Amino acid sequence: MLQDTTTSRMKPAVALEGISKSFPGVRALSEVSLSLYPGSVTALVGENGAGKSTLVKILTGIYQPDEGTIRVDGAETRFPTANSAAKAGVTAIHQETVLFDELSVAENIFLGHAPRTRLGLIDWAKMNADARALLARVGADLDPSIRLRDLGIASKHLVAIARALSIDARVVIMDEPTAALSHKEIHELYELVDRLKADGKAILFISHKFDEIFRIADRYTVFRDGRMVGEGLISGTTQDDLVRMMVGRDVGQVFPKQEVAIGEPVLTVSGYRHPTEFEDIGFELRRGEILGFYGLVGAGRSEFMQSLIGITKPSAGAVKLDGAVKIIRSPAEAIAAGIVYVPEERGRQGAIIGLPIFQNVTLPSLSRTSRAGFLRLAEEFALARDYTSRLDLRAASLDQDVGTLSGGNQQKVVIAKWLATRPKVIILDEPTKGIDIGSKAAVHAFMSELAAAGLSVIMVSSEIPEIMGMSDRVIVMREGRIAGRFERAELSAEKLVRAAAGIEEAA
Amino acid sequence: MKTLLKNREMLLVAAIVALVVLIATRFPGFVRPQNLANVYNDTSILIILALGQMAVILTRCIDLSMAASLALCGMVAAMLNAAVPGLPIPLVILVAMALGAVLGSVNGLLVWKLDIPPIVVTLGTLTIYRGLIFLISGGAWINAHQMSDAFKALPRGAVLGFPLLSWLSLVMIALMFVVMSRTPLGRAFFAVGGNPHAAVYTGIDVGRTRFFAYCLSGTLAGLSGYLWVSRYAVAYVDIAAGFELDIIAACVIGGVSIAGGIGSVAGTVLGALFLGVIKNALPVINISPFAQMAISGTVIIIAVAVNARAEKRKGRVILRKAEAH
Repeated sequence: MLQDTTTSRMKPAVALEGISKSFPGVRALSEVSLSLYPGSVTALVGENGAGKSTLVKILTGIYQPDEGTIRVDGAETRFPTANSAAKAGVTAIHQETVLFDELSVAENIFLGHAPRTRLGLIDWAKMNADARALLARVGADLDPSIRLRDLGIASKHLVAIARALSIDARVVIMDEPTAALSHKEIHELYELVDRLKADGKAILFISHKFDEIFRIADRYTVFRDGRMVGEGLISGTTQDDLVRMMVGRDVGQVFPKQEVAIGEPVLTVSGYRHPTEFEDIGFELRRGEILGFYGLVGAGRSEFMQSLIGITKPSAGAVKLDGAVKIIRSPAEAIAAGIVYVPEERGRQGAIIGLPIFQNVTLPSLSRTSRAGFLRLAEEFALARDYTSRLDLRAASLDQDVGTLSGGNQQKVVIAKWLATRPKVIILDEPTKGIDIGSKAAVHAFMSELAAAGLSVIMVSSEIPEIMGMSDRVIVMREGRIAGRFERAELSAEKLVRAAAGIEEAA
Repeated sequence: MKTLLKNREMLLVAAIVALVVLIATRFPGFVRPQNLANVYNDTSILIILALGQMAVILTRCIDLSMAASLALCGMVAAMLNAAVPGLPIPLVILVAMALGAVLGSVNGLLVWKLDIPPIVVTLGTLTIYRGLIFLISGGAWINAHQMSDAFKALPRGAVLGFPLLSWLSLVMIALMFVVMSRTPLGRAFFAVGGNPHAAVYTGIDVGRTRFFAYCLSGTLAGLSGYLWVSRYAVAYVDIAAGFELDIIAACVIGGVSIAGGIGSVAGTVLGALFLGVIKNALPVINISPFAQMAISGTVIIIAVAVNARAEKRKGRVILRKAEAH
């Protein structure tokens, strides 16, 4: 605890005070404070949407705070650009490290500030020698001249950290650095963090994994709904306390969940596994039920769903739909069987810009609206009109390009498209991610109506309030496996977080 | 979008009319109906090829090997005719089209199964197909006297006063119109080019759709191979060399977006006609072949600039009141 007393006496390398940041419709951060001390690791903990990413972007000069001050070594300063933050010695290592695959390790480390010869040309000999020295400091035995693309993710992290050292970073932000690493690589990363600490760097460590927070952090700061709700020394807290701070919200949000009589099983999945993504997934889905799938980002939920609709192939597993065994090898077969998947990235995977509204709606239902291999436009129009009017779509004509609609109306077109296939099971992946609160409520109400109409809904979500507010049952996935099953009556935020993070039940 | 597209097609019609009128002031004979019919006939092969290319470009791919496929199929048709003069011509055409389909499917398979970028695949097959012509012909020409009269006569045969070649291109336009607007495959071309990620989730196999687009372009190249060789009554290694660029230019001028997902049969036909008018008219008003090339190139860039502007103007609709139209 010697270190704790030293940090408390030390001045923070960087301190944020009373920072607020709003986006249209959302207050992302409200009067938060955060201090990062030299030679100390601060863990930033919070659920998805708690404001961690916004904070990182403010710290690295990508966003400007609406209010509040940033102090570097006690002096008030501003980071109007990403470059100014870098000059002040703040550097971030992202989940997907931002480096250049086609350049060499040394070039990646020194891009933008490479040593020059007297003629102004890049001094390759010095650059490679300096790179080797920096890599040695982070404990990486890498040849500076090899191309980055030939390295694994862990080595790329080391290169990113070496780059941070090359610009004399004093504050290193690590945003879920272990999310994509193997066990061995994670341990190497821990050692590296220890070394950076010994080097006097201030480290902000963002993670969902409590075991690693307690392994490497000295201090913690907890965010909830854009506010700082607690901070202190790791040695003075417990996993239970952190979980409580993370989720301890007032249940202010009301969800428009209708009471629906749950019917017979519609979909039975058993023994689903994939060589690298998930294993032993099995569950039953009943008529009129909303089944929530909760887990941390990267727990394998979307991967499993994509396998269920035939985009990727599982290595084993069986699906029973309405009592009959089904083999689903492609999205087309899933649609024919009555299972549709509304993917997470609706921009990229949703509406087809350039096609008129009605053609967007009927795209997965063309076999129904065509005869003898020819499309029947009148039937397409009728089908499109039917489903778009149910969703109250505002458009002058169904013949207009879907690209001329606003985002909300485009989303209605996408939903109409899936409903028009008359599915039995609808899988919604992060249905409210990135939309404002008003639209969220509309989506939730609509989801309830679907269930009431006899559909079975699978809702993949990383937001605890949404999972708790909407689900009849919840399955929690962690690292590709089912880590918990909960009935609505026994749901609690703490249970969900524990299951998702793999924390043992408190005694 | 529909009105915009219609506008773009009307714009093209206006441009063609303006061009024809301009030429008529210098050379009145150009607008004689017989001459205009000749210009159309001259452009028929380009139209057929451009329709195949359009299908490929709609799916975010490109077919650089079309002219080479045309030459290879044309050579095979000519050699077949020279070897077995008695073989019925429709059968020769069928052989050329079938061979074209095979050549196209090679492109399609490489793009689909091996995931090689389309430009690389078709650049490779372009060279291979040209090489094959040399291999099978030994570099020799098949000249008019080696071809049967029926072989050479078919595209020239008149029906209702117009050559069969013109009629054939009209039939192809009609067929392609039906395919593009009234079949699931035509719809899939647009969907795959418009948003391949979304198309996957709606049950469309993106790779297979591209494969069919290449089969289509190959088949049309095969047909054009016979038409070209019989029309000009000669087959050799280098026929239609460089013509792939004219084909792509016709599509681009006709409003087919090189980024995929946007285009129409009408626009493509108009684009090909525009090029056809330029190529036929400029020599008669004594513009040098080099200036012709420069003019064609300028037209292509202007067309792309106009299309790019039209696509950008759509923007995002955020205002509620702007949504109505």
